[in-house]
Amino acid sequence: MRLIYFAWVRERIGKPEEDVELPAGIETVADLLRWLKSRGEEYENALQYPDVIRVAINQEHVGHREKIAGAREIALFPPMTGG
Amino acid sequence: MAGAVVPAIRVQREDFDVAAEIAALTGGRADIGAVVTFSGLCRDEAGTLSALELEHYPGMAEAEIGRIAAEAVQRWPLQGLTVIHRHGKIVPGENIVLVVAASAHRQAAFEAANFLMDYLKSRAPFWKKEHRADSSEGGWVEAKEADDEAADRWKKSDE
Repeated sequence: MRLIYFAWVRERIGKPEEDVELPAGIETVADLLRWLKSRGEEYENALQYPDVIRVAINQEHVGHREKIAGAREIALFPPMTGG
Repeated sequence: MAGAVVPAIRVQREDFDVAAEIAALTGGRADIGAVVTFSGLCRDEAGTLSALELEHYPGMAEAEIGRIAAEAVQRWPLQGLTVIHRHGKIVPGENIVLVVAASAHRQAAFEAANFLMDYLKSRAPFWKKEHRADSSEGGWVEAKEADDEAADRWKKSDE
């Protein structure tokens, strides 16, 4: 599964994207955020406040309770500031 | 013709020409009675800002603006709709975003343009980073709660 990061999430994690193999038991977006946060200091730093992180699965916004089965691409980013 | 409006959506590095975009919507037809345009520009924050860097999510940016535009076309009787959002480094005075909404009457055009901007601000995947005029490191612009509230007011009562 491909993970993509934007803005300060990307800067803090230190890379724009990566392919990951998820361990068993990671079913929802919230599970994914919790697992990622445990992967090292840079992830801990980026995902310190998981509630503020916005998530898109296959380029559509989703909530943190969304199931991630079947996702090709999951993006994590801060609240948007376009317009 | 009802339901036939296909919004024109562009996410691009280059600048745009507001007059040319209006002409593209209205040229060769006589049924449009109202055109509302909104242009968002980069401001210099009283001389402290030298540029904004706009990061975006390629693919999703177009798709999300498309979803918002499709909803606008459903909710208001529009005869044309154009949305352009720039990315990359933009200096004060330059354009960032454009919405052009055309309709038979002004109310639909005003409301659709307003709705589009409120939703673009809180849902289109763009992020602004500041470059400061004094060369100190600028930060990421923080999302404003007021922008979320502005988008929420368009929610229908059954949502």
